[in-house]
Amino acid sequence: MAVKEFALSCPVPISDYPTVTLAHGGGGKLMHDLIQRMMLPAFRNDALDAQHDGAVFSVGSARLAFTTDSYVVRPLFFPGGDIGSMAVNGTVNDLSMCGARPLYLSCGMILEEGLPMETLWRVVESMRIAAAAAGVSLVTGDTKVVDKGKGDGIFINTAGVGAIEHGLTIAPQSVRVGDAVILSGDVGRHGVAIMAVREGLEFETVIESDCAPLNGPVQKLIASGVEVHCLRDLTRGGLATTLIEIAESSKLQIQIEERAVPVREDVTGACEMLGFDPLYLANEGRFIAFVPVNEADRALEILRGEELEAVRIGEVSAGLPGMVTMKSRIGTTRILDMLSGEQLPRIC
Amino acid sequence: MKFVDEYRDAAAAREFAKQIARVTTQPWTIMEICGGQTHSIVKFGVDELLPQQITLVHGPGCPVCVTPVELLDKAAKIARRDDVIFCSFGDMLRVPGTECDLFAVKALGGDVRVVYSPMDAVALAEQNPQKEVVFFAVGFETTAPGNAMAVFQAKQRGIKNFSVLVSHVLVPPAMEAILGSPGNLVQGFLAAGHVCTVMGYHEYAPIAAKYKVPIVVTGFEPVDILQGVLMCVTQLEQGRYEVENQYTRSVRSGGNVHAQELIAQVFEVVDRKWRGIGGIPQSGLGVREEYAAWDAEKKFKLEGYTAEESPDCISGLIMQGRKKPSECAAFGTKCAPERPLGAPMVSTEGACAAYYRYRRVAVEVK
Amino acid sequence: MCLAVPGKILSITGEELLRMARVSFGGTVKEVNLAYVPEAQIGDFVLVHIGFAISKIDEDEAKKVFEYLKEMGELEAEGIR
Repeated sequence: MAVKEFALSCPVPISDYPTVTLAHGGGGKLMHDLIQRMMLPAFRNDALDAQHDGAVFSVGSARLAFTTDSYVVRPLFFPGGDIGSMAVNGTVNDLSMCGARPLYLSCGMILEEGLPMETLWRVVESMRIAAAAAGVSLVTGDTKVVDKGKGDGIFINTAGVGAIEHGLTIAPQSVRVGDAVILSGDVGRHGVAIMAVREGLEFETVIESDCAPLNGPVQKLIASGVEVHCLRDLTRGGLATTLIEIAESSKLQIQIEERAVPVREDVTGACEMLGFDPLYLANEGRFIAFVPVNEADRALEILRGEELEAVRIGEVSAGLPGMVTMKSRIGTTRILDMLSGEQLPRIC
Repeated sequence: MKFVDEYRDAAAAREFAKQIARVTTQPWTIMEICGGQTHSIVKFGVDELLPQQITLVHGPGCPVCVTPVELLDKAAKIARRDDVIFCSFGDMLRVPGTECDLFAVKALGGDVRVVYSPMDAVALAEQNPQKEVVFFAVGFETTAPGNAMAVFQAKQRGIKNFSVLVSHVLVPPAMEAILGSPGNLVQGFLAAGHVCTVMGYHEYAPIAAKYKVPIVVTGFEPVDILQGVLMCVTQLEQGRYEVENQYTRSVRSGGNVHAQELIAQVFEVVDRKWRGIGGIPQSGLGVREEYAAWDAEKKFKLEGYTAEESPDCISGLIMQGRKKPSECAAFGTKCAPERPLGAPMVSTEGACAAYYRYRRVAVEVK
Repeated sequence: MCLAVPGKILSITGEELLRMARVSFGGTVKEVNLAYVPEAQIGDFVLVHIGFAISKIDEDEAKKVFEYLKEMGELEAEGIR
């Protein structure tokens, strides 16, 4: 396969924006560049360089995974979830993506003066329920209050520790040429659910976020003996961004088929209307798995047994390192690139 | 989705591509002048299905891209004010003015909000009587009916704290400007299907006759574009230069009369500057005198302001189809989606951004 | 300028310039202004841009794209071309 494409010759200087903008948190290119050029060089070490969802290390004979995430979602409550359930499930899922059994969570809350107690109570209750459902304990925490106007109601940070009880190294570095790429379910729901409330787009048919813990199905998959090479949950930036991250970390090419990626019709309708690409929309309860091709069917069977509508969407090849290509439904091929920032409703 | 999926059918696309290859005997350059068509062509790789001899060129069909830099500056000036809620379509937020874009204004504290419809901005004006709500009314003819309705209803309902910053442009004058320019390479046009849904296509007959170019009103899905190209190439091969309609499920020759009436009530045709191209007489819409109180340029006294573009940006040549984005020295280096120099790199429909995002991988067909 | 999407009218309220419809896009429903398509009725498909219906989809014309392909296919099979 002969290939011609543009090479980016000039790295992006982060000083182009003298202040942090919203796009820097959007999961797209600006955020990645911020991490690559400012954060990583400052804190360089092996665990961090692996750039997976969490850090994996050994303490004595125990292999542990450790991760953190902060939740700043607006609105605080949305169909299918809220900032609390996201905060618990997000960290549970990041630990799961390292192949760890999530055990303990911490929770740091920054509350804005004037936040109604009732709202706080709803969030706390939601976290309690989510933690119980995921089988984790919240063992330590912190609460701070900032002046009115200095916060968005609530900001939550959760950190989590999990135990790795198998011998696999589940990380982008383990991805191999020929691996099958499996997606655990339909995409785009969370992004549309949030956008619908935030932009005041009232859809009568309520599209619910897919926010959910994934540790159950992931643990089953690992326990079955399938040689899982890599797992990652799809959050900001969507399926496309997650695939690109793994392609870049593993220095391999990933090829997917547009037709294989499930998107619900109502999500498609909302995307078409607003001009969004579902491949780049946020998800909170979906993940991709890279497994040897001869184990793909078994992996699908196990995940479907856990009531996930898992499908195979593509494969790993050696052709264009770091690239993700997609065969469109009309049979042509294109490269999936990172977006610079978040998608916004457009007219063109 | 009905009336969408069928027009993305692989077999139908392949069949049209085959037909195009069958009728093509010599090289032809066809321009589409619609951001939505650019987006679709690059996203679905439609040009990959065309024979080598057909060159599809992307014209100045993205209203975001052609909005003159001084209007972006005016938008920023208004948006910075404490008493203003500035509303815009998402496309405009990252288009650079001479100093910054609206995203940056928001980062510095401006109340900039993305809306889906101009009516959302009118509603905001009603809900926030102590603020001035300004809507960035950008678009071609397709968007004019919606923007006109917003102004019309604001006046009807006495909503005084609402105004529009207008950057409306018209397609036929742009086509004439391109066809009339000395270096013109364009031999046929795909006319924008949604613009024609509103305006009809009788304006194109004199253009087709004068410049002897076939013009085919075309839709947006891959199958539509391929059929449009087939119809255009067929005419070129037969030496015809007529106006034809591929998008018959939406476009009638007279267009949408009700929409045209309201547009004419609120707006009038004016001269407009096109970013990267320059002034084209009678090529845009401006707010009529009767609605002057809802014209943001008048309200905020910004009529006299002018500004100049970045010299590195060759967007004018690109939008006229005379250069490809890859031929620009700044493409991918100084100018990329995260730090655009000019508008065609910003909007996902801008030719440069489309090229950059969905960039081509030339693959040998197995 | 061109992001207009077809949706099905589920219900209609109001009159003339304030005539509004609930339109379904693959199951996602949004309120749309019908002022510019006064002939549209429940069950019709309209093309919607920025919250306004700008045309009614002509279902017969919509099929013609595929009828044309079918004809081409038949002509080829008969060796006429």
